Amino acid sequence: MSSTDSVVLRARDIVKTYGATRALKGVNFDIHRGKVTTLFGENGAGKSTLMKILSGVERPTSGTIELDGEIVEFASTQDAAARGIAIIHQELSLAPNLNVRDNIFMGRELRTRTGIDFAEEERRVRALMQGLEEDIDPLTPVADLRLGQQQIVEIARALSINSRILIMDEPTSALSATEVEVLFRVISDLTSAGVSIVYISHHLEEALQVTDFAVVLRDGSITATANAADIDLEWIVRNMVGSDYDLGEPPTGYAFGDVALSIEHVSVADPENPERFVVDDLSLQVRKGEVVCIYGLMGAGRTELLEAVAGRVPIAGGRIVKDGVDISGLSIAERIDAGLGLVPEDRQRDGLVQTMSVGSNLSLASIGAFVRGLFLSGGRERELVSTMVRSLQVKTASGEAPIGSLSGGNQQKVVIGKILATDPDVILLDEPSRGIDVGAKGEVFRLLAQRAAQGLAVVYSTSEVGECLSIAHRIVVMRRGRIVVEFGSDATKEAIMAASGEAVVA
Amino acid sequence: MTTSAPGRNGSRPAMFANGFNLGRLLLQGRAFFALIAIIVVFSILSPNYFTIANLLTMSSHVAVYAILSIGMLLVILNGGIDLSVGSTLGISGMVAGFLMQGVHLKLLGISLYPAVWVVVIVSCAVGALIGLVNGVLVARFKVAPFVATLGMLYVVRGLALLMTNGLTYNDLGGKPELGNTGFDWLGFNRILDIPVGVLVMVVVAIVVSVVLNRTAFGRWLYASGGNERAAELSGVPVRRVKIWVYVVSGLCAAIAGLILSSELTSAGPTAGNSYELTAIAAVVIGGAALTGGRGTVRGTLLGAFVIGFLSDGLVIIGVSAYWQTVFTGAVIVLAVLLNAVQYRGRRKAAATGGGPQTPSREGTPAAAGPVPEKTAA
Ligand SMILES: Nc1ncnc2c1ncn2[C@@H]1O[C@H](COP(=O)(O)OP(=O)(O)OP(=O)(O)O)[C@@H](O)[C@H]1O
Ligand SMILES: [Mg+2]
Repeated sequence: MSSTDSVVLRARDIVKTYGATRALKGVNFDIHRGKVTTLFGENGAGKSTLMKILSGVERPTSGTIELDGEIVEFASTQDAAARGIAIIHQELSLAPNLNVRDNIFMGRELRTRTGIDFAEEERRVRALMQGLEEDIDPLTPVADLRLGQQQIVEIARALSINSRILIMDEPTSALSATEVEVLFRVISDLTSAGVSIVYISHHLEEALQVTDFAVVLRDGSITATANAADIDLEWIVRNMVGSDYDLGEPPTGYAFGDVALSIEHVSVADPENPERFVVDDLSLQVRKGEVVCIYGLMGAGRTELLEAVAGRVPIAGGRIVKDGVDISGLSIAERIDAGLGLVPEDRQRDGLVQTMSVGSNLSLASIGAFVRGLFLSGGRERELVSTMVRSLQVKTASGEAPIGSLSGGNQQKVVIGKILATDPDVILLDEPSRGIDVGAKGEVFRLLAQRAAQGLAVVYSTSEVGECLSIAHRIVVMRRGRIVVEFGSDATKEAIMAASGEAVVA
Repeated sequence: MTTSAPGRNGSRPAMFANGFNLGRLLLQGRAFFALIAIIVVFSILSPNYFTIANLLTMSSHVAVYAILSIGMLLVILNGGIDLSVGSTLGISGMVAGFLMQGVHLKLLGISLYPAVWVVVIVSCAVGALIGLVNGVLVARFKVAPFVATLGMLYVVRGLALLMTNGLTYNDLGGKPELGNTGFDWLGFNRILDIPVGVLVMVVVAIVVSVVLNRTAFGRWLYASGGNERAAELSGVPVRRVKIWVYVVSGLCAAIAGLILSSELTSAGPTAGNSYELTAIAAVVIGGAALTGGRGTVRGTLLGAFVIGFLSDGLVIIGVSAYWQTVFTGAVIVLAVLLNAVQYRGRRKAAATGGGPQTPSREGTPAAAGPVPEKTAA
């Protein structure tokens, strides 16, 4: 054991195969003591797989892990945790029925002689939340938290372990810019205390801010490593996807059509507190062919608005009009038939049926189109599935593969594809770029732009300003359930962020 | 993105890798192999077991359970449970018995003797109605399926007992002069030497299997059982699907009740007592997940045959009724254990199982792949 060695963990020749899929093909990966090592790579490159191996979730098919110069094998996550390795998973792994405190101490409850020391647990959770500058009560059931807050809880749980090595697999995919900044402060505190961090994110610019060492994984092999000081965004993208990328510009060269979707004075009550409105007398019109981006912080009411328009939650006032027809009273299914579909924010909870195949998930919303007489036409369905898999570049062994065998980003593409397959006139996308890589993001944008040019009205909700600017004709900023300001596509980042209330806090 | 990284399209179909793995085959076909094992063992123990005549007799016993189980499968695929099927089976026979005795309208001073086809339709309608009540309780009023159908188990059984104050209808033969003969056709007749009950089972199995695999309704059922929220957001009419599965389950129970009372030529109010548990066992042995979304008609049929052939075999070789109960229980536990082994094996190989996205989000349907607890419940 040499404490002078700057590498705390060395993975050597790690191979991992799933059936015929070779997720990792002999990877050498070092984690540097007290530094942030960031792993970049496309969807399905093998990032999560490598992290699962380093944290004891999965066993490598072959290869060794050296911790402080000593070869170790992890039989389980507890095993890895006992050696000081903690992980924040890409997909949340909380029990929604338990409260925040019990989730954080799940499996590691603090004991007294007679039971669990709830008071001490609660105190520690409060301290953790304070460190993360988050106003979450330890006794709130996790099911009542927004996605972003759940992610914070996930982070707090990993922090509570006091690990030496902390792996963060896309910890920020549901966080607001302010929350990300806080997290970065926490990370730098940790590294100065000697904790080694592995960081994974598809928000490349953001990730570069914290990175000390950059490692690029491509198709199961490491293709490049570098000191953060020597590289830039372009270097990462080039090594990740083998080409330069550009998210593009809002589609032009055509005139917008009539108003496709008109949201008129819509209010949505807060389910917790019906006196309050999470969407408050909001009006918005979207024309055929127009891409409107709704920007706002987490909790601004964007998700509630989109869910209300899609028919998931009831509206407390106002009406929703599509192509001149009031659709406020229709069911979700009827709205989909009428040509309005939602890509939900939380793919595990609302987007995917985990027990079905990739193909069945893709065709689920448009299944009616494949019915001939009484029966489904398998051929037409397969055709649709393969078209969607191709046009969204879903990395899957086949349409019959279980949805759970896909990497997070590829699952997200399936959720988007499912709605596109219904051939909508109005599409609502709630944070659709969560977890998808730059290449795929560009692909999704290109597809949306192409459909928009053919008359699709797009409502795109995001907390990333860059995305707004590269896809939207019009950007509306939401804050506390209302639209506070509207910009054209020539807006600046700063102006948009300031309007959302971000600058005030940050 | 124009360039495509090598392997962008993924690797070869995963099926290729796990093509010929004997252990795996054994596990996946466990209900099938259990059935073979049962047949082999009993054939050795008794020369009368493996004869066409006996196999057909046993099959007609199985038919009653199998039809119940197929209805139960639909409910379980939806993530629910139907505890009322045994009682529904009982009341369906009682309704048939009641109608066969003739309906005496005192006020008008006449007695009506409905034809057998009318009797069959009315009994089935009663079964479907009970299912409808279950479905509405569960889908509209959000009563937990276990509780709603447990309540109906008592209510329906009580009604069946009330119909005759606990007495049994013994004469279901009908009279030629009343034009209501033929009820025994279901239980006694054979077509091409095959008991009618078995044929009914085959028809029910084929229809349900086609519905599950080839219609939108089938897809909706698998989807809403796998993740109801996601299904709903994809435009699946989840409530309608839910109500329908209970209706079909009630209907299946009524059909089973008709076959049973026809076979026995009598209808008692306690018929079908605890059959709901046998049906659940058959579905589980057939590999379905109690949490919903997974299961097939083929597996369920095999499960019903395993249970039926086992208990009949034990009778034939003269094992006491008490030991029969013990054996049946042991087989159920063993089958579910194998289920767990299968899923664990899959998780290790993770070849087709879509291994764990790590400890999946409990409560919301598991994040990925089968989880052993699903069937071990
Ligand atoms: N349980 C599994 N069964 C089969 N294949 C799997 C399984 N888990 C992962 N894979 C495959 O391994 C490859 C790497 O997946 P991994 O989840 O590591 O990607 P990733 O780099 O984390 O991608 P993302 O950025 O989308 O999260 C993918 O092709 C995926 O389909
Ligand atoms: Mg991943």
